[in-house]
Order: sequence, then C-alpha cells, then structure tokens
Amino acid sequence: MSETLKRPGARQTLNVVGTRPIRPDGADKVTGRAAFGADLSMSGQLVGRILRSPHPHARILSIDTSKAAALPGVKAVITGADFPDLGAEVLAGGEAVTNLADMAANVMARDKVLYDGHAVAAVAAISAEIAEEALRRIEVAYETLPHVIEVLEAMRPDAPVLHATLFTQGLEARPEQPSNISNRTRFMRGDFEAAYAAADVRMEGRYTTRAVHQGYIEPHACVAAWGSDGQCEVWGSSQGQFMVRTYCARVLGVPISNVHVTPAEIGGGFGGKTTVYLEPVALALSRASGHPVKMVMSRDEVFRATGPTSGGVIDVKLGASNDGKIVAARVEMMFQAGAFPGSPVAAAAMTCLACYEVDNFEIVGWDVVTNTPKVAAYRAPGAPLGAFGVESAVDELALTLGLDPLTLREINAVKDGSKAPYGPTYQNIAYVDTLAAIRDSEHYKAPLGPNQGRGVAAGFWFNHGGESSGAVHVADDGGIVVVSSNPDIGGSRAAMAMMAAETLGVPLERVRPVVGDTDSIGFAMVTGGSRTTFATGLAVVRAAEQVIEQLRQRAAMLWEVDADKVAWRAGEAVCTDPEKADLKPLSLATLAERASRTGGPISAQVSLNAQGASPGFGVHLCDLEVDPETGVARVIRYTAAQDVGRAIHPSYVEGQLQGGAVQGIGWALNEEYIFDAGGRMENAGFLDYRMPVASDLPMIDTILVETTPNPLHPFGVKGVGEVPIVPPLAAVANALRRAIGVRVPDLPLSPPRILAALEAKQA
Amino acid sequence: MSKHHISATVNGDPVEFLTSSGATLLDVLRDQLNLTGTKEGCGSGDCGACSVILDGRLVCSCLVLAPEAEGRRIETVEGLSDGVRLHPLQEQFLKHAALQCGFCTPGFLVAAKALLDANPDPSETEVRYWLAGNLCRCTGYDKIVRAVMDTAAELRQARIPA
Repeated sequence: MSETLKRPGARQTLNVVGTRPIRPDGADKVTGRAAFGADLSMSGQLVGRILRSPHPHARILSIDTSKAAALPGVKAVITGADFPDLGAEVLAGGEAVTNLADMAANVMARDKVLYDGHAVAAVAAISAEIAEEALRRIEVAYETLPHVIEVLEAMRPDAPVLHATLFTQGLEARPEQPSNISNRTRFMRGDFEAAYAAADVRMEGRYTTRAVHQGYIEPHACVAAWGSDGQCEVWGSSQGQFMVRTYCARVLGVPISNVHVTPAEIGGGFGGKTTVYLEPVALALSRASGHPVKMVMSRDEVFRATGPTSGGVIDVKLGASNDGKIVAARVEMMFQAGAFPGSPVAAAAMTCLACYEVDNFEIVGWDVVTNTPKVAAYRAPGAPLGAFGVESAVDELALTLGLDPLTLREINAVKDGSKAPYGPTYQNIAYVDTLAAIRDSEHYKAPLGPNQGRGVAAGFWFNHGGESSGAVHVADDGGIVVVSSNPDIGGSRAAMAMMAAETLGVPLERVRPVVGDTDSIGFAMVTGGSRTTFATGLAVVRAAEQVIEQLRQRAAMLWEVDADKVAWRAGEAVCTDPEKADLKPLSLATLAERASRTGGPISAQVSLNAQGASPGFGVHLCDLEVDPETGVARVIRYTAAQDVGRAIHPSYVEGQLQGGAVQGIGWALNEEYIFDAGGRMENAGFLDYRMPVASDLPMIDTILVETTPNPLHPFGVKGVGEVPIVPPLAAVANALRRAIGVRVPDLPLSPPRILAALEAKQA
Repeated sequence: MSKHHISATVNGDPVEFLTSSGATLLDVLRDQLNLTGTKEGCGSGDCGACSVILDGRLVCSCLVLAPEAEGRRIETVEGLSDGVRLHPLQEQFLKHAALQCGFCTPGFLVAAKALLDANPDPSETEVRYWLAGNLCRCTGYDKIVRAVMDTAAELRQARIPA
C-alpha cells in the first residue's frame, strides 16, 4: 500500500512530475540488453585475476612471480612495486574524503597486508584457467603478525598496531605512541553532566552492531586498456565515472585527461561502488601486457575485499523530565574503520540526535582501524548505527515513562527553526508531519496478536547537493536528448527526462535521457549522498531553461520581434506582442527544423555546484512476530513514512523506501561478518551471509510526505535514497523488545540471541 | 584438454559450441553465445541472477556444467520477448517499477516465467517462496511480487475464451 500526503490546498500544476511513466531504460533492463560491468568485451582482451592475502595481518617479506610469469599464456604479473609511491593526500569527490596513499595501498598491498583478502599481486592471462594457475605459482613469503578485529580490542593500549605512523587526531594533545585510534570527533551543547544529574529519569545502555556488506548483486567488474600512446580506456560499473577517472589517474600517476571512463549500467552500489578496487589494477596489467584486461570479482572477493560498513559500539545516556522532555543526551560511538582510517563515525555523530531538540548533549566518536576490509560508504554512512543506539534508548525511555513512543518523539521533535546538533538551523523540514503520518496510519491502530510486538523508530540524513552537470540537446525534429553526468543506479534517467519534459513543456516520449562518459559531459561527483535527482536534476533543469531561452530568441528572429515579446508556453513559442496577435505559435519541431537558418544547433550544458539540498526524515513502523520455540523473528507488517519534498516519479521513490527498509531489516535480523579465530571471514558468500529474500518479508507500505517541498529546487526535490535505511535497525529491535519484554541490544537479532534473551528472562 | 562438442536449443534456435568439461552453462551463454542478459552474481547458486529454464525446469546456470546441455532446451531472458512485443511479465515489471538497478531482473523474470508456466494462479505466499532463490537488494521485493501477481491475473484473463 502506498499513499502520498500533500499540503492541504496544494494545487497540482505539473503535467509530468509526479506521474508514473515507464522508465526510459526499461526495455533494455527487462530484455537483457542493458550492458553491466561484466558485459562488455574488448578485442584481444586478457583475463585479470588478483592474488589475495590469506592472513589478516602480515608483513610481506618477498614476492616471487617468476614461476607465474613463465607459465605459457601469462602476459603480465604485477605487484605493489609496479605502482608509484604516493604521499598522503586527501582526495574529495566520493561520498567521503579519501586518502590517496591509503586507497592505493588498499588496491594493492605494499609492505604489509592488513586483512584477509588484501590484494598482493595480479596476473593477466589468455584464459581464466591459466590466470588462476598463475596465481597458484606466485610465491609470497609472509611474516604473520598478531591481528585485531573487534573495535574495543583494537582500542586497547596492548592491541597489535596496524600502522606505525598513525597517531590519534582530535585529542587535546598529540599522543606519544601510535595506536589504532585514528580520530576522535567530539561536539557538545550546554552542560550534559549537570542536566543529566538533575534529570527526573536517567537511563543508559550499550548497543552494538556488526560489520555488514552493501550486498549489491553485481560484483565489481571492468575492462580497461592502456594504449601505446598512454591514453587509457576504462569501461566499468561504478557510482561515478569521474571518480574512477580521478582515482585511476592518481593511483597510476598519469594525467586525469588521459583516462576516459565509460560508465556501464551499475548493478547496485549503495555506496560500495564510490571507490576503486579493480580499475587501476586492470590498467596496470594492460600497460604491462599490451592488451586490454577484463576483471570481474567473485562473490568471495566482494565480501573479503570490498567495503562493508563498520561494526560499532554505541553507548547512550538519556536524561528526561517526568513529562517526557529529553534534557540531556550523551552518545559515544566506537566504529571499525577496517584496514585504513575513515569509518563513518563523524556522520553518525552528526546525525544521531538530529531528530531531537536537546539543550544539553555531548557526542563523541572514535574512528578505529582493524584487520578487516577498509569500510566503504553504505547508504547514509554511519547514521543507521547512531540511530540504532539512540532510537533504542528513546524506546526504553518511553517504556520507563509509560509514554507512547510516537508521543515521546513528538514532544522532542525538531521543527523549522530548531538548531540541528551539527550546527545549522532547520528550514522546510517535515519531521512532525512524518510522525503524524505514522500516527494516523491504519497500521498504527491495528491490533497485535500473541508473540507480536510493534516498534517505532525515526531517522535523519543530510542529503547532499554538490557538483553535477547536465546537457540538453535539441534534434532536428524537435526531439530532446538529455545527458546526465551521473550513473543511473535506480531510475534517475526517468527523473532527468521527466524534469526536462516538464520544464520544456514537451511530452515525455520526446525526451531521451542518456548517461554521459567522462569526455561527453562536464564533471560530477558520484551518484551518492542522495544527490543525483536534486543536483544533477537541477543542472538538467537549468540546461532546459537555457534551451528555452535559445528557442525564444530563434522565434523572435523568425517573427522579427524582440525576444522579450516571445513567451514559451506548453512546448511552443508564443508571440506576446499585441500588434502581432495573428502570429501562430511556433512549435519546438518547427524551431528545431529551422535551427540551421537561425543560428545553428540548439543545445545547452550546465555545470554547477548545487546548494540548498534539504535534509530528510523518516519514521518507520515495524510489526514483528517471534517464535518462542526457535527464536526466529519475522517482520509481519512494515510501514515507512518519509519527508520527501516532492517525488518526481513516485514509484521509484517508494522503491527507495521499500529497498532501504529491507536492507535495514536484514541488518537488524540476519546480516553480519563472521571471523574465525585466525581473522578470516567465515561467511563470504550469499548462503552464509544471509540477506533477506522474498519469503522473509511482507509487503512494505509507504507514505510519501509531500507537505513541504524543497523551495531551493525547481520541483521541490529532497534527497530520498539514504534516509530509509536509518530507522529500520531500531524499528525492528524495538518491535522485538515489545514482543518479548526484554531488550536485545546486540545486532543481528538472530535466533540464538533471541532464545538466550527469552531463557534469561525466564530464569 | 580435449573439448566437448555440444548441440542444444537456446530460445528455440539450434546452437553448437565447444566447451571444456569444467565450464558452466552460464560461461557458455555469456562468453560464447553472447547472451549476456543472464548474469553472474555469486557463481554458487545462491542469488538466482543466472536463472534459466532447462527443459522446462528452473535452474541456476552457474550450477549446470556446459556439457550437460547436450540435447537440452534452454530458455534465457533474451527469449522472453518475441523481439517486437514484450512478454506480459516484462511489461508488468516496468509498469510496477519492479526494478531499480536491473541486474537481478533477468533472473527474476525467468524464475517468474517458470512459476507461471507451472502455476497460473499462485498466492502471494507461493510467489514469495518460489522467488526466494532470487536475491534483489534494491526493491525489497514488494513491487516484484505485485508485478508477478498482476501478470498471473492478466494471463488468466487472457485464457478465458471471449
């Protein structure tokens, strides 16, 4: 069931935006014609494969590649020595800042391996069988080192140190010894200690989560060619062709303009494809072999060597008055970063209290390196962990105070004019409306059966704007081509085409949207941060407006009037000069046909740095049923409501809510990285890393809250993709708490944990 | 290492190929027959992205050795549409927005076709359990299940004589 809440009295004056047309790339994607990362082959291509460390922490003493190189059919063998040495440098452009040297060392280990699965060498050969045989003939001598996986253990003074050069930043004084703690984030308001001590009610809890993977179904894949002239070609699936271009060029030490990247269709990313793993290796193998090289990861490699998100420990203290006003909050979070610094703990710190007006708080975040794969962005990076802790604690507070969990959130809700914990003052937010949408839902009023519980949780994400480009070209017959700077990961071609059609006043069928390669459209940041429909959409709308301006001038030229006497209405030029009232409107097709005589092609490209992205709020409602015999918890009903500004294509916005909710349900109930005592991942496959399947789930109901469009976007767009994964962890955990009467604070809420909690309760 | 000469039928057309003993049907479809609509998501039969119909039975083509295809009839996503009109499942998937990234979509379409071939009137629960071998990480399955249910209803309607 899906519904949309609009502002009372709001008039629908749009023809295309808000409708549900078939997506323009739909036929390709249901017929198998759409080409994803592994679907392209280049003439003369070789197969590339990577040798990966079997140890979670070891020094590389030597690598002997001679036997592999001697195998007939092997065309290149490379190691870290084949890549330039890079100094520490921070690169922007992805969803998170990236340290260049760390990224390069993650792509191919240099002196040390830092996790099970870390790349140590690569081969290119004429077949997969030969490439795999070559890997077996590479001899690596390791000196194994003690390893550390768990975040609290990695923080101890006696923990094995991953990086001898890592000294904690963000402390009052620089520490004398290196450690695994890369950074401390801290910010505060008011006086937490005093307010907590004076509160009527105090509660505290520790909540933990495990590392989980984005779980995109398409493994990383690319094909790359290094030309004899030094010009590089990369075809592959990623969340940003420009990100791939920059990172490849910097890791390999070549000019950025020498690298041409064509974005393939992308089979899911969720943040995990905002960095490079294979692409620089494929290029280096191509340089060494003189052939194009195709590389495709196995699922085992995806799990062991690409970004999960952090496991974390979240300590929460809340103090409140008896009438439910939260007067003091303290949140301290410790996150696994994986092998290199850069967990999303800072984002978690900024978002964890973002739904609450609290006068006194302290938030502390610790970024900690561990012998696990370097984390990558995962949908609202960090926010689900922080929200899991805070929303679980708020639920406990509601139980302690005997308050309805929605009422407690309403009492403390941020609204326009509230100061966000991370600084800015909220404007045009609809969090209160989103809470009301859940309160008014039929679901909230429905009765529950035995062994069932109902959980509520809220969530926040910033949503980004940033650098994007869009082009609008008019064909001779009046057809429109829209070029987007961003890979289409979930239907954004439809959104781009719809916004262009709406702006130009033409039927959607006349608009063909495409995704540009790095040489055919201006720069853009990655498809991430819930920014594409907002920022790239803004570029497309501005380009369409420039095309309208050109069309008005062309019509003015044909009519021999001033351009200010020409209006653009419903896809036609209309003369507004009262003395020329007999002139018939000129259609887009007519103006396009005459373009060569009025100044040449009609076309515009806009590159911009979009400001004015509006944050989003979600409130989720989850009904859970627990089997007391087996400890299996099953989601039986679920509703997600979200402040979306305005949905361009409501079906795809609903899809974001549904997909995010289900990823969160998997995170809450099933998913986790499991390591053996030797530090090796034990469940690196979809059989043992259990993501939700269709039979685990009910329908996911959605409520799109459109009461408050974003005034800084022509159609009111707010980002929608990330918010929906923020509330579900706690929504599920809170439902479990109410179903069984005790809190299970550790994810995943697996049957053994639930059974143990039930037994402890009875004891 | 000698190769096997295999003759099979793919989407109604006779095909022949040479294959090593260890190659999978998925490898042959993608790398030799240029049918890249069938996807590899895991290579271990856990994700269903490589679903094809083999002599009327739904299988993961990554778990079928290519030599086993001898004399068999294989249907892939490329065979669903007649090239002019989409299959009702394809149309319903588009109408319902039952795909986001689209990578798992070929496998879901093939699996759903196998279901509807065997059971023209599945309940929601039957659809969910039948499709439990296909992973989708984008949609949460809601719109996929609706698209399959609506296709089933549409096909049942079409069978009623006018």
